[in-house]
Amino acid sequence: MKVIVVGGAKIVYFLCRTYISKGHTVVLINRDREECAELARRLKATVVHGDGSDPQILADAGVENADALLAVTPNDEDNLVICEIAARRFRVPRTLALVNDPDNEQIFRELSNTIAFSITHILANLIEQRADFEEITNLLPVGEGKINVTEVGLTEDAPIVGKSLVDISLPENALIAGILRQGDAIIPRGSTVLRAGDQLILMTLPADHGQVLKLLLGDSAQ
Amino acid sequence: MVSGKLFILVIGCGRLGSHLASQLSRDGHSVVTVDTDPQAFDALSAEYSGFRVEGNAAELAVLRQAQMDKADLVIATTREDNVNLMVAHVARRIFKVPRVLARVFDPKREEIYRELGVDTVCPTTIAANALLAKLAKGDSSAEGGKEL
Repeated sequence: MKVIVVGGAKIVYFLCRTYISKGHTVVLINRDREECAELARRLKATVVHGDGSDPQILADAGVENADALLAVTPNDEDNLVICEIAARRFRVPRTLALVNDPDNEQIFRELSNTIAFSITHILANLIEQRADFEEITNLLPVGEGKINVTEVGLTEDAPIVGKSLVDISLPENALIAGILRQGDAIIPRGSTVLRAGDQLILMTLPADHGQVLKLLLGDSAQ
Repeated sequence: MVSGKLFILVIGCGRLGSHLASQLSRDGHSVVTVDTDPQAFDALSAEYSGFRVEGNAAELAVLRQAQMDKADLVIATTREDNVNLMVAHVARRIFKVPRVLARVFDPKREEIYRELGVDTVCPTTIAANALLAKLAKGDSSAEGGKEL
């Protein structure tokens, strides 16, 4: 896959490194000449120096045959224009934008083919749902935050340890979709018994998220 | 000229924004000016009787505070093309403002945004055309009325 990344700072470096390690071709666009030189030295990626919202720079980066574009600059207006030009003019099939002001998510949602994600929103949700950082290792809002996918670790004192799924009365809007147990992945059935040390892949609706965590982990999640 | 008494939002209070806002206010329209820098409002003329909102126009909350939902006309004149384009977008799509204009310096971007239905004015293109027209005139007079 060919991925274009527009932006700077550490997030871009690590993002590109992850993509490259997965075998994707990465082209990076950055406004700062010195940062470009540094990134080019540290990453096996093509680095283009320039303004990512300039159609000519996007063309130079080979946006025409890109499979995806990520706009992760600290300015919402730049991310918006970059995604808009990439999607409309260059027909990039998938565009992703970082939204700094969570209010702006609504604006980005109206853009064609653009997926918007707000770090502020994700972190705020985490705290709002009083997630216990030790047990909950991952919170991924899917479908613009309408569904949460969470990875939850079970400690010995979790109230559901030793019970089978059938005996846990999960609310209707929650599902234990998978279990990671000692390196094995299990798709659970009603008869599956939960053990301490299990990592549960949990799907919930945001409204019920806190309640489900309390049920699974006991009061420690509160 | 803008006819009738309108509620107008001018985003960006630089040379162009302050001039427009002062003029429109003098013509009797209700004007709200938005700028990140409170000192920018000093450029408004003494007759300006509208409101001043300090804040970043790329934030939805600031545009709400400036009552964009009630605006008849929005003119985006900040020095950042992308801010102007985003403001124009938001005005049209979110707040359904009937008339929206954006200044865009970069002619390449202007072209794309025109395709997307955002009404833009590009001073670079206007100046270039005006200069070329003058040049053509000057040359044609120098060469005895021949076309360039």
